[in-house]
Amino acid sequence: MTVVTTTPIPRFEVAARQTAKSRRDVRSEPWLVRWLIIGFAVTFLTVFVVLPLMLVFSEAFAKGIGYYLQTLSDPEALAAIRLTLLTAAISVGLNLVFGVIAAWAIAKFEFRGKTFLVTLIDLPFSVSPVISGLVFVLLFGAQGFFGPWLASHGIQILFAVPAIVLATTFVTFPFVARELIPLMQEQGAQEEEAAISLGASGWQTFWRVTLPNIKWGLLYGVLLCNARAMGEFGAVSVVSGHIRGETNTMPLLVEILYNEYQMVAAFAIASLLAFLALVTLVVKTILESQIKEGRPPSDD
Amino acid sequence: MGLTLMWLSLMILIPLAGLFVKTAELSLDQFIDIITSRRTLHALKISFGLSLAAAVVNLFAGLIIVWALVRYRFPGRRIFDAIVDIPFALPTAVAGIALTSLFAQKGWLGAPLAELGIKVAFTPLGIFLAMIFIGIPFVVRTVQPVLIDLDAELEEAAACLGASRWQTLTRVIIPSLTPAILTGFALAFARAVGEYGSVIFIAGNLPNVSEIAPLLIVIRLSEFRYADATAIAVIMLIVSFLIIFLLNRLQNWAQARALTAG
Repeated sequence: MTVVTTTPIPRFEVAARQTAKSRRDVRSEPWLVRWLIIGFAVTFLTVFVVLPLMLVFSEAFAKGIGYYLQTLSDPEALAAIRLTLLTAAISVGLNLVFGVIAAWAIAKFEFRGKTFLVTLIDLPFSVSPVISGLVFVLLFGAQGFFGPWLASHGIQILFAVPAIVLATTFVTFPFVARELIPLMQEQGAQEEEAAISLGASGWQTFWRVTLPNIKWGLLYGVLLCNARAMGEFGAVSVVSGHIRGETNTMPLLVEILYNEYQMVAAFAIASLLAFLALVTLVVKTILESQIKEGRPPSDD
Repeated sequence: MGLTLMWLSLMILIPLAGLFVKTAELSLDQFIDIITSRRTLHALKISFGLSLAAAVVNLFAGLIIVWALVRYRFPGRRIFDAIVDIPFALPTAVAGIALTSLFAQKGWLGAPLAELGIKVAFTPLGIFLAMIFIGIPFVVRTVQPVLIDLDAELEEAAACLGASRWQTLTRVIIPSLTPAILTGFALAFARAVGEYGSVIFIAGNLPNVSEIAPLLIVIRLSEFRYADATAIAVIMLIVSFLIIFLLNRLQNWAQARALTAG
């Protein structure tokens, strides 16, 4: 399908550009207005986005690269990095599996309460991360619903790793499903139906037909889910208990070091997270072009 | 199918229901006492008031940025287009300490502002700036695709019929963008209300001055006053949902109007 559709596109673009040139006078503004608008946009983005980002890296390396590496190899920093990686791996894994299943159910089947289900999936986006953390304190805390039972069985969830994983999973829940639902709806169920009628099992259909169709969208969702999982602060902060070397993730360690005026150390950890964000954005841009290519062009 | 529902209810429904069950344990008087205490009211006012103001700024700033990114060619345009997502991708704690250091009295921008007598960090103004920071991608990214797809012929027709550029903008372009603008506004607002990480560092967190509602929840939790924390959370949720609901209605109205006008 892609072979057929990609060839005429350059010609369209050339045509579009030519007409755009002749239209410019009607659809544009005087040069002064134009430069004011561009100037505003560039200044705004520089002040609010470029400068904070530059500051993170400049502060992190303020005492030289040797000191930077030394802060990062501190046992506390290493423990935080390890915990962040572990938490992200579990949460992303869970959300990957259930995101695919939820998107599959919503996109390929009709049932009652579907809109409700979609709203439910989006919910963690519209709730404050602090409130997301709070609900787990209410469930598992000493005065919580399951707290006494857990305590009598010697199970520690709150202020320990399980609560951090749960809170992270809750907050990152929507990413994978949200990305896949429109994609799967657009693709419809015909290809799967064809595979089944040709004798493929459900499992084979999923691996051979569905998964290849959604792979870029799936990667996109996983990428965003992972970025948020590693960077989540509010929800994790509420449930973690801040035990140094044990329940501190990287963002929590950033807060602690910053509040202790260990600026260079705080910004060193922060620079790792900022680097992760930059990598995420680059990969995201690449994936977006992949997704665009994989999709049939729209009618207009 | 059943598995999806089970996972959803395990992960989302039960925790949220817990919130309301916990609140129901309070008597109405207790609940009203908590939410009308001076400190709570002030925190709610700060959170909702500044979020609203920041969302309004984002609405106009976002519109200008989208216009520059979509309609004009200038050096570095693609890079600026890509970095619009940074506030969304950067972990909030990192954004928080970066903004604080930037606007602190000895910071890159804080020092020149301090000479002008403007104090940003550790004041409500700092909270306001942090809220603008986190909201900007929402307006830009919701309006951008709509502006790209906007039919050039509409503008040309308006121009041919003798409309000035300003008339075309306010009568033709802005009405078609309104639904997307409102969506972006609502998203930016909702995010700012609940935001914690990027705000608490720059806020200064003085009770009754620069304390946001999410922080008050955290403080009450650390004091083991769970009922207080829950009551504030429930009020935040209810007010947010009401505002989002109203904005949805407004958006539907704008959409219907844009359709009949087009």
